[in-house]
Amino acid sequence: MKGEYQITETLDVKGLSCPMPIVKTKQAIDPLDAGSVLEVVSTDSGSMSDIKGWADGTGGVELLEQSEDTEGGDAVYKHYVKKTE
Amino acid sequence: MSTDTPTADGTDAALTARIEALESEIADLKADAGDKQKQMTIVATKGSFDMAYPPLILASTAAAFGWDVVVFHTFWGLDILHEEKSKNLKLSAVGNPSMPMPNALAALPGMDSLATRMMEKRIEENGTATIEELIDLSLETGVDLQACQMTIELMDYDEDDFYDGVTTGVGAATALNHMADSDVQLLI
Repeated sequence: MKGEYQITETLDVKGLSCPMPIVKTKQAIDPLDAGSVLEVVSTDSGSMSDIKGWADGTGGVELLEQSEDTEGGDAVYKHYVKKTE
Repeated sequence: MSTDTPTADGTDAALTARIEALESEIADLKADAGDKQKQMTIVATKGSFDMAYPPLILASTAAAFGWDVVVFHTFWGLDILHEEKSKNLKLSAVGNPSMPMPNALAALPGMDSLATRMMEKRIEENGTATIEELIDLSLETGVDLQACQMTIELMDYDEDDFYDGVTTGVGAATALNHMADSDVQLLI
């Protein structure tokens, strides 16, 4: 799916744990225009389930993709959230 | 047999009108239900370090969902909103089966402070927010943190002792009203 959308902004929440990745995501996406895509980079393994749950339960946002990478031996979770309205 | 006059095609005019009225009522109710923002009420009654976290984490997360959230703090739960006391909440070492020490040892002076310091260190290492950060975040994201007026007086606290933005002058009836309208109600 990568390449089908442009990332508008990246939010780095590495090192933060629940509920911070969700709360910061919400705060970061609010001021963006409809159609924007926010990339959220987290080291919290719970963020895979939590960002999905948040996006499913919240109006006006759509989770485009989630991926798991490693950076310097640490797991990094990336989430791509689109603001739809 | 109905005594109403049937229309030309054999249907009952009064019945048809009634069905139309009900259909439009259902459509209105569906629209209302769809528009309604979810609501949550949490009653926070405990003032120990570990019990301050669940209400604040759930409240700030629910606010991120766009929910309308009230946390009603009563009895020792008031200490979470108390600017000075919230910074000194303690984890109890006694009567906690998850603590790696026997109760006889846990009851010794200074053990609660030791257990709290250990937990604070773990929290910092884990990147978990502090209680103060979660309170600021909750207030910033529109959570209504309420301090029960009766227990403020019972505990001999002053309204100025609480964080700016905390709602005072509220009681059980206010909490119940919000609970009755809430989708989620929790007692912590």
